Amino acid sequence: MSTNSIPIPGPIRLPRETRRAWLEALHEWVITVDHKKLGLMYIGYALVFLVIGGIEATIMRIQLAVPHATFVSPQVFNRMFTMHGTTMIFFVAMPILFGFGNYLVPLMIGARDMAFPRLNAWSFWMSAFGGLLLYFSFLGGDGLYGAGSAPDVGWWAYAPLTSPAFSKGHSTDYWTIALLVSGFGSIGTAINILATVLSMRCPGMSLGKMPLLAWMNLVMSGMVLLAISPLTAAQMMLMIDRYLGGHFFDTQAGGSATIWMHFFWIFGHPEVYVLVIPCFGFMSEIVPVFSRKAMFGYPVMVAATVAIGFVSMSVWAHHMFTMGMASYSNAFFALTTMAVGVPTGIKIFNWLGTMWGGKIRYATPMLFCLAFLFQFLIAGLTGVIQAAAPLDWQLSLSYFVVAHFHYVIVGGILFALFGAFYYWYPKMTGRMLDETLGKWHFWLFLIGFHLTFDFMHIPGLLGMPRRIYTYEPGLGWESWNLICSIGVVFQIGAVLCFVFNLVRSYFKGRLAGDDPWDAWTLEWAIPSPPPAYNFAAIPEVRSRRPLWDLKHPEDPDWKYDQ
Amino acid sequence: MNTMPIAIPAIETPWRLPSRGRVGMFSLIAAEAAIFTIFVVAYLFYLGKSLSGPTPGQLLHVPLFNTICLLSSSLTIHLALSELRVGKGATFKFWWLLTFALGAVFLIGTGREWYHLIYAEGLAISTNLFGTTYYSLVGLHAFHVTAGLVGLSVVMILALLGRVRQEHAQHVDVLSLYWHFVDVVWVVVFTVVYIVGK
Repeated sequence: MSTNSIPIPGPIRLPRETRRAWLEALHEWVITVDHKKLGLMYIGYALVFLVIGGIEATIMRIQLAVPHATFVSPQVFNRMFTMHGTTMIFFVAMPILFGFGNYLVPLMIGARDMAFPRLNAWSFWMSAFGGLLLYFSFLGGDGLYGAGSAPDVGWWAYAPLTSPAFSKGHSTDYWTIALLVSGFGSIGTAINILATVLSMRCPGMSLGKMPLLAWMNLVMSGMVLLAISPLTAAQMMLMIDRYLGGHFFDTQAGGSATIWMHFFWIFGHPEVYVLVIPCFGFMSEIVPVFSRKAMFGYPVMVAATVAIGFVSMSVWAHHMFTMGMASYSNAFFALTTMAVGVPTGIKIFNWLGTMWGGKIRYATPMLFCLAFLFQFLIAGLTGVIQAAAPLDWQLSLSYFVVAHFHYVIVGGILFALFGAFYYWYPKMTGRMLDETLGKWHFWLFLIGFHLTFDFMHIPGLLGMPRRIYTYEPGLGWESWNLICSIGVVFQIGAVLCFVFNLVRSYFKGRLAGDDPWDAWTLEWAIPSPPPAYNFAAIPEVRSRRPLWDLKHPEDPDWKYDQ
Repeated sequence: MNTMPIAIPAIETPWRLPSRGRVGMFSLIAAEAAIFTIFVVAYLFYLGKSLSGPTPGQLLHVPLFNTICLLSSSLTIHLALSELRVGKGATFKFWWLLTFALGAVFLIGTGREWYHLIYAEGLAISTNLFGTTYYSLVGLHAFHVTAGLVGLSVVMILALLGRVRQEHAQHVDVLSLYWHFVDVVWVVVFTVVYIVGK
């Protein structure tokens, strides 16, 4: 028997008063290698880009609200959808999830930092630099030709649109190099998370006792290594084409536009899972705590995640059914795409099973998770029907597809992220987010989301193609588009509530204490915000819910789970 | 902070986790392997698709000496490492220097090959698809050899200053993993470019 000291929730402490010069504080943030500060920097930087990407989306919805609108020119519209897509995927979703991963994984596994703190800082600054490069294109994209501005080739940048002949100036170069640079950052972070989870766990935390969020980040990082790297390789090829006169995607010299599509989607589809798997992690931490029950089917959850990781690597060409592949290729990718729905469905049942018979607390984090559950299910179902190649031939490149993937990314990923914000904000800042504002945020966003993206399916079914800057009246699309655009107003209101809540609660929020939610994972055992060293003594754990064991010594988990 | 002393039964087996350096390097190798895979696929896909000459068959000669040098450097770095593990500094330095020299010879050989192709045969990266894919794939590998040589030379300088001792073996081991990877990639590139593609 060894005697260990594990911190338990104690009296609330005021955040430490600091009176340092502003520059000194800034300097400290710039040179930091602390995983918590880097995590917060990732999140803050992603939130800035979330607002920018949201503004771009708003511009598009204003333009499409009525037929024959002239709010922006076709050229600007092209830039808006390119920048919106690129920003939201690479400079919002990825960094915000890396931020949460960075912040939470070491705390949850009882480590004092990531495995490679300096690599961590490097990765962050690479990502940040990539975002700056992308947006510098508004100024520098003209190049010597005076042609072009921001990139306007779409977020998947199909060849030959990216060739020097069709994409003059430097706009596409900024796009390429921004993704290349941020891709290196992502690979660095993925290596770091893998090494942290595999090599830094506190004593007793075997892989089977690890919090699910750490598991999900582990799988996500493995996928980043195998999915972002092909994109990096493809961007190198594109640069060789554009700068050195190469012919990879130059159909005039025997190159193939198709192979770019393959390389892009070998990245592009696993990327969806790279984004959603950490959100499954948020779900798997929040749902049990707010249902007051241990996670239902932990091993199945892990197995399903790993299965998704494998299967989702071989579904990419379902983005390319309309390209005209051989019928056996179509059949293969249709089947794998449908198959990936199975482990995803298992997860839905796991969360439902967790809630079943639980004493559910409808606090804001849980509300967002409940919405996630329903919306992600619908998003998955519209995905499965599009996996059938013949239906996809009809729907591909229509607004139905746009509605489908926004259902995944907004209805799924963004909702889970908002839930994560409400859940972990107290840990990160020491203060609770305001519940009333949180409820406003939730309901406004829910209404706005459903107005915009439920009704967006319909013009898609009626044949409205994506990426058009305007449309004729009398095609039956007007009212649906108007409803979609009205939904944006609600979403903007919700985001304003959220941002106001973030700022106000930082100064005036209720003090949180160490463990405001009565939760069970290790991050709640230490003060909020955590000290630089995280754990005064490295904890030892014996079960999946170390804090439960601590709070209930008469009925610890380790008596049951192995 | 309040703490509550609690008794936790000691964990029976000692707590051992894999070294973070090795995990990190294996992860990097996975990512690099994915990048190389894409370039290799592109090379194979574009074989014989060039609309104009020259073709690989006309220009390429099997770089046998180069290959032998690079592959044997995997053996020498392994020998260097096993000497370091048992604390034999002098023989470690010898094998390490030899590894560096073999890598450098390989790089010089690639440089000579490219010089010949560019100036004597007139094959540039923009000549045709063969030029594009050949220089990209072989160049990507050569870049990795260069990065490896930078790493090797850092260790070499530290070793010559007497700073690399037995306890550093596990750090040097991580670098040697990378070097082995560069060698394995060459086996693939060699097979694809000089045997299958010729």
